[in-house]
Formats: sequence, C-alpha cells, structure tokens
Amino acid sequence: MEYVATIGMEVHAQILTQTKMFCGCPNELTSAAPNTHTCPVCLGMPGVLPVINRVAVEATVLTGMALNCTIPSFSKFDRKNYHYPDLPKGYQISQYDLPLCTSGHLDVTVEGDARRIGIRRVHLEEDTARLVHQGGVSLVDFNRSGVPLMEIVTEADLHSAEDAYAYLSKLRQILRYLGVSTGNMEDGAMRCEANISVRPEGAEVLGTKVEVKNLNSFRSVRMAIAYEIERQIAVLEQGGRVQQVTMGWDETNHRTLFQRSKEGAEDYRYFPEPDLPPIEVDEEWRAGIRCRLPELPDEKEERFTQSYGIREADAALLTQDLQVANYFEAACAACEGPTSPQTVANWVLGDLYRLLGASGSDIQACPVRPEGLASLLALVESGKINGTTAKDVLNEMFASGRSAEEIVKNKGLAQISDEDTLTEIVLSVLDQNPGPAQQYREGKLQVLGFLVGQVMRQTRGQANAQAVAEIIKTELARQS
Amino acid sequence: MELHELTIRQAHELLVGREISSVDLTAAVLARIRAVEDRVKAYIHVSADSALASAAEADRRRAAGEDHPLLGIPLAIKDVIVTQGIPTTCGSKMLQGFMPPYDSMVVSRLRRAGAVILGKTNTDEFAMGSTTENSRFHTTHNPWDLSRVPGGSSGGSAAAVASDECIGSLGSDTGGSIRQPAGFCGVAGLKPTYGRVSRNGLVAFASSLDQIGPICKQVADCAMLFETIAGYDSKDSTSVDLPVPDCLGGIADGVRGLRLGVPKEYFVDGMQPEVNQAIQKALKVWESLGAEIVEVSMPHTEYCLSVYYLLATAEASANLARFDGIRYGYSDHHAESLWDGYTASRTEGFGAEVKRRIMLGTYALSAGYYDAYYLKAQKVRTLIKQDYDRALEQCDALITPTSPTTAYGIGEKVNDPLEMYLSDIYTLSLNLAGLCGIAIPCGFAAGLPIGLQIQGNAFAEAEIMRVAYAYEQATEWHLAHPTL
Ligand SMILES: [Zn+2]
Repeated sequence: MEYVATIGMEVHAQILTQTKMFCGCPNELTSAAPNTHTCPVCLGMPGVLPVINRVAVEATVLTGMALNCTIPSFSKFDRKNYHYPDLPKGYQISQYDLPLCTSGHLDVTVEGDARRIGIRRVHLEEDTARLVHQGGVSLVDFNRSGVPLMEIVTEADLHSAEDAYAYLSKLRQILRYLGVSTGNMEDGAMRCEANISVRPEGAEVLGTKVEVKNLNSFRSVRMAIAYEIERQIAVLEQGGRVQQVTMGWDETNHRTLFQRSKEGAEDYRYFPEPDLPPIEVDEEWRAGIRCRLPELPDEKEERFTQSYGIREADAALLTQDLQVANYFEAACAACEGPTSPQTVANWVLGDLYRLLGASGSDIQACPVRPEGLASLLALVESGKINGTTAKDVLNEMFASGRSAEEIVKNKGLAQISDEDTLTEIVLSVLDQNPGPAQQYREGKLQVLGFLVGQVMRQTRGQANAQAVAEIIKTELARQS
Repeated sequence: MELHELTIRQAHELLVGREISSVDLTAAVLARIRAVEDRVKAYIHVSADSALASAAEADRRRAAGEDHPLLGIPLAIKDVIVTQGIPTTCGSKMLQGFMPPYDSMVVSRLRRAGAVILGKTNTDEFAMGSTTENSRFHTTHNPWDLSRVPGGSSGGSAAAVASDECIGSLGSDTGGSIRQPAGFCGVAGLKPTYGRVSRNGLVAFASSLDQIGPICKQVADCAMLFETIAGYDSKDSTSVDLPVPDCLGGIADGVRGLRLGVPKEYFVDGMQPEVNQAIQKALKVWESLGAEIVEVSMPHTEYCLSVYYLLATAEASANLARFDGIRYGYSDHHAESLWDGYTASRTEGFGAEVKRRIMLGTYALSAGYYDAYYLKAQKVRTLIKQDYDRALEQCDALITPTSPTTAYGIGEKVNDPLEMYLSDIYTLSLNLAGLCGIAIPCGFAAGLPIGLQIQGNAFAEAEIMRVAYAYEQATEWHLAHPTL
C-alpha cells in the first residue's frame, strides 16, 4: 500500500536585539559567563513587571511580512502556565489566540517542483533559561531567560523530509536576509519540532499525529522525519495503531524515541497577560515596518539572472547567503572594463568558495575584498596574467591579504606575450621534442596541447597559452 | 500632644520650623512601637537602626535647605511592597527572611523625598484576606478593641496608623485591602485609580486589580503621600502617563454644587444598622455643606463578588507560581525529585487561604472551564464598569459604607471563608472598574469605628479627597484616638 505523510513544522528563532524581551539585560549568549546577564525581571523575582521590547515586536512583524502574513491591528500577550526550573515565573509570556502575524505562506522548491507552504502564525514570546545537567546535578543559566523568541508555525502542508528540509532552509535564509535571527541550529538560536502523521493514500482522515522534538541540526531534521515516516508506515503495515505521543530524535542511534504520552496533555491554562497592554499595530506603524523589508531571496535571484545575465543555477547559489550576494554585487560594481558578471560569479562560486571552505571562514571575513577580486579579474581580462596564474595569485591574496597587482609585480608573474621571447622558447621546445613535432606534422593535431604544456612548464605558466599555440603552429608549418 | 500622635502635616510644620528634628520624631515613634506593639502586633519587621539613620540623613538634608512634605517623616510600609535592605515576607513562610534585591518604585520615590522607613507591616499572606489572620506570623489586633481584627489585608498598616505606631503608611488594595481596614481602624485610606501608582515592586496578588495607596490619620496626609508615590513609571506598562494633580491645593474647596450618588443596591439586609445610620447622617452633613444627594443604580452589584473571586484567583494562581522553592524563599531540601520538591515547598510554604485561592484560580482557568468562568467573569467585569460609567454620569462621586459591619472578633469568621469574603462587598467592585476610592471614619458603634467610602471616577483622586476633606473638617471622628 502507498502512504502519504503529512507534516507541520514549528520553528523557534531567537531574535537579534540589543536587550531581552521584557527587561534591559543584554541579549547576548555566546560570550557571557552563566548568570551574568540577569536582573530581577528575568529572574522572576517577586514584584517585577515586564516591559515589551518594541524592537522584538517589529522584528516579528517584519518576519510575518516576509512570510506574506496578515498583520492584525490587535494582538496581545498571554501567560502560558507550567512549572519547570528553566521558567522562573512559573509561566511563560507568550501569545495564544491573537498572534502578531497570521495566515501567510512561503514558496519553496523541492527537487525542482515549486511548492507553497502555508504559514499559520508567527508569534512572539520569551525564551526560557538554559538547563545544564552535569555531575548528577542540574544547573540553570538565566542568561537565556527572557531572550526574545519568535515561533513560526506552518500549516500541515509538508509531505516529506525533503519538503521539511527545503522549508527550513528557505525560512532560515529569510530570517538571515531580514537580520532578525542568526538562524543557527547548532547553538540553539533556531529550534524546530515536527508534527508527523501518515495515512494510506486516498484516505480522507489524517493519521494520528506524532510530535518529534530534539531536532538540533538540518541533518537531524531530515533524518528524523524520514525515520519517523517509515516507523509509522511500518506500524500501520503490521496492522498496528500509531499512538499520539511525543518522540525525541536520538542523535547517536539515529532513531526516534518515545518521550511522553499526549494523553492527559498538559493544560497550560492560557489567559491574557494582565501586566501588559495589548499591542495595537496601526497602519502607520505597519507601513513603517514594511519600508524596512529588504529584497528577499526570490526577488534577488530573479534580478541576478535578469540584470546580470548570469546562469539561473549560479544566481540561486549566490543568493543563498545574503553576504555572498552582496559580495558578488560589490565585485561586479568594482569591475572596470569588460569582465562579465558571469566571470565574477564563476570566480566567487569556484576558487573563492574553495578557499573559504578550506579555511572555514565566511565571506565577511574573506581577506580578498570584492574590489580586490575585481582588480585580479581586470589583470586577466587585459591579458596581463593568464587564468592559471590568476588562481595562484588569488591563493596568495587570500593567504597574505596583499593586492593582485603587488603580487604579480613582486613575483614577476606577468604573462609573457612578447612574440620574439615566446618564439625562442617554442623553437627550443621543438628541438627537444622532435618526436611529437613530427607526429603533429603527420596530422596528429592533438599533440599540440602537449607542446603548449612544455612551453608553459618552461615559463612557469606565465606564457600566454593562446599565443604559444599560434607560434607553434606557425613554426611547424614553416619547418615542414 | 505627643510627637507620635502628629499627622504628617503637623509634623512637617514642626520640622520646617525646626521645632523638632526627624530624629526626635522617629525616636518618639519607635518608643511608641516599643510601648504598644506587643499588644497591637502591627509590624512584621521594625528597622529601628536604619530608620534612625534615615532620620539623621533627613535632618542633614533639611539643614542643607531641602524641603519636601515627607522629608523626615517616619512611615510604615505594608510587607507586600519590596524594600531593598529590609526583609519582605508578604506575611508568608514562603518568603521568610527574603531580602529583595531592589526597591519598589513607591519606596524609591519615598526615599528620594526623604521619608523614613520604620519597617514592614503585617498583612494577610500575599494580601489574601480581610483580617490579617492569614498572616503566617501573627494576627494584628484592632487598637480600638484588641480582641477584634483590624481588617485586611493591610491591617498592619491601618492598625499602626490608628495606634500611632507610625505617622503614615502605605497599603495595597486589590479588593478593598486599604479601605476596609481603614474603616475598621477609624483612619483614612486611599485606593488610587488603577495605573496611577506604579505596581513595580508590589508583590502581585491580582495584577489587574492591585494598587498601592496611603493609609493615614487624616485625608490631607493621604493627599501628601499620594502625590509623592503617584505618577508614570516606564517599568510598569499598566501605569498611566498623566500628570499627578495638586490634591492638597484644592482640598478645602468644599462640596457646594457637587452631586453625591448613593447606590441603592448597596443598602441590603445583613448590614449592621449602626453602619446604615452613620452613612445616612454623613449624607446629611454633606447636604448641609451644599452637596446634592441623588440615588443611583448599580444593577450588576450582586455579581461583583463572584467576578472578583474568579478573576483575582485566576491571576493569583499564575502570580504565585514563581514561588517554587528553587531560586529564593522557602525550600524543602529533603525532596527526592523535582516534582516532590515543588509540592513540598509549596505545601509547606503557603498557608491554607493562599492554597485555596491558587486552586480556585487554577480551576477557573482550566481547559473546559475557562469560557464558563474566567471569560464570563471578564464580560461581567465590563458590565460592572458600565454601571460605574452610568452612575458617575449622574453624580460626581458615590457614597457607600466600607463594610457591612464594624470590626468582628478575632477567630470569628476564620472558618467561614465565604462569610469573610462578604466583608469586602462594598469595596471590590471599585477594583474591578479600576477607579479610585477613599475610606474615612464616620462614627462609632459600641466603641468601634464605622467607615464610609467615597468612590470617584478614574484619576479623580483630587475630587474624592475634596469630598472627604469637607466631611472630615465638619466632623471630629478623625480626631479620636484609641486608648492603649
Ligand atoms: Zn533581565
């Protein structure tokens, strides 16, 4: 029997702000010692009151706009009640029935097919503290307590691990484009849960939903969903019933494990947060936020193919990361003369990516700035150096941070195009290789490459290869 | 007159005239506390040393040319308002010995003005109660009759004022907790409009109802204290950004031409006859001063008690969730697991009434009951507000009793929570509507004070104090002192 999987995703993303959601503590988790970014408010001391961080509200609304959501004019915060040591007030300030953003969508491409994923809602809440279990005790770090967090919930519009992967990638790309979140799953700045059910093809009613948590990387999302779909199919195949439970992804053994039953599910007793006024987003505020909506990945990709004339696949690659896209555009802008954007794209996606990948640095920290790359390409374009040399020069630029001109000049790497010099070298190569020279004359034209290679070797790659080939042809013709 | 008997206004005059120092005044009040406190038990904590140090500092500031109505005035603070450096317990074992890491906004405003903090007054645990019998430390005694309750939950503050164990005090009012004890103890107590005084640093009972206000010997003192603590605070998102009126300036302008409304639904069976008589006499006094008395209707009055106990307990169930024995406060260290620890700490840390209200509120918010209880109560709350809107279109202020009876005996109603809840029926609707009200004494029955309440529109504190002051000046109830 064939089965159809139905998946809904819930993504939590920490919002990049100066201060926390409801207090003035720094929102900074990477370098701070535990419990140093805290105050009575985010420690939940008696008598404290929350104050809404406007920047976090605007970041959430901006995200909603990028996800084509409706931004209702009236929204509010609610208390979500439960006890846990990471929750100092005994309730989390969240949003229940009136979130900041509702009913949007995100278009993704899965294996070449365009798909539209419905976005049910985007709401704003506070993060909990971080629990550290070590040596038999549990420690609480309240630096994370009260960090602004947005939750993005899809409709049950996904059907495979690949869908989920494509959705998550696109979502993270957008969050980064907007600058509202780092989107890093590795450090927990972006976290994700999937609700998965399976039903026989053609069945009207959805299968029983299983929630899968503990998805800490893109890889685990893909593996966990694929695993869970197979698991549920296997249960149904054996005539069993899927239980409504929460499962956790076991990173080591690559399987989903039972965490808890959903029967008698926890009652969070949501009610409107009396310490905070409702949020009224009027037309003026909405318009002000909309103004800050940047060019999004799809639009940028479209523009790259249209106005730069580069290949679609390259445009997609370049726009995957906003910093790369910006780098590409800056390099194109810095190019004087005939260097084509496609050439720039080739170099960025080829050699520069190789160097960045090998050094593990991202493009913002790249020692070769866009202007530097442009002047290297200008040297190639003008015939001053050849392509092979250019790769070496780029390596050197990347390693030393020096300019292309300086490296070419200091190392005497300028291309040899002078006909007399080249003819002299060609003649000596022909002398040393009488066999191949004879073969060429007998019509085995492919040995030309070998002869050119010999010249290149003698000139340590600096010869203008095209010119060399012409001279060899002329000389062999003359000699025969 | 003894120094501890002074009002804020009188003490301020003497301080300005250099006839007394704040150290003299503070020492006199501390001596008074030593003399009567073992009978009244108004305080949970007295900070004698820090009070004298603040008094000396206030004297230096005055010598340097500073002046403020509260500079050097010894005040008592209800123990649900956090004070840096002075323990804050909320009358609960849960917070026994708890030292807050910050000052509440009202206390920091008082300190800036140079007021002297004497200590923290007794309260029903987490302000839940009407007698102080729910305090986990001790019950405060009514200075007029030590066998009776002082009212609550701000019973410690009201008793401290009535027994001259302070010059003035702060209380908090969620459903009448300032006005009812002020009435029982024969002093003046103002509940400001919701949003007028910052709740920052008030340990929350019911966030949408709580408000801090003064309990003082006379109306003018309430005005002085109110003007100091009121005003917008960016750290309380429910505080309102409006200028604080000059209440003292127009306080003696009289009531000529004002219309005072009497809600007919408030005069019901079960009301002590002397209370009714005292109110009727008070109305005559205002009439003689040129006010017009009109009857108004508040048709939803009968629902106030239910609405109040649903909403207040719902909010309390969440507000008190933070007391889990993990970061501060009482903790049972013998528990084997996290959940056992929560259960043990909260079972032992909270008293019966607090647990009762947490359970009531939890129930009202539970899945399947939310619509029938919490949501419906919110809707009726809107109707109650509309009752006030309509009534206050017909008059400038409403006159009601503070409580159906005078102070009852200690232990008399402690086993009947419902009966106890009824003692707040005249006060809690005002919190539901978010308006302001003041309680002042209007007579005695069998040696016990009778209180009346003046309720006014939002942000009409100056107006209701004017009405109260006119009555106070025309009568002498406020001058009576209990014999201790
Ligand atoms: Zn903080």
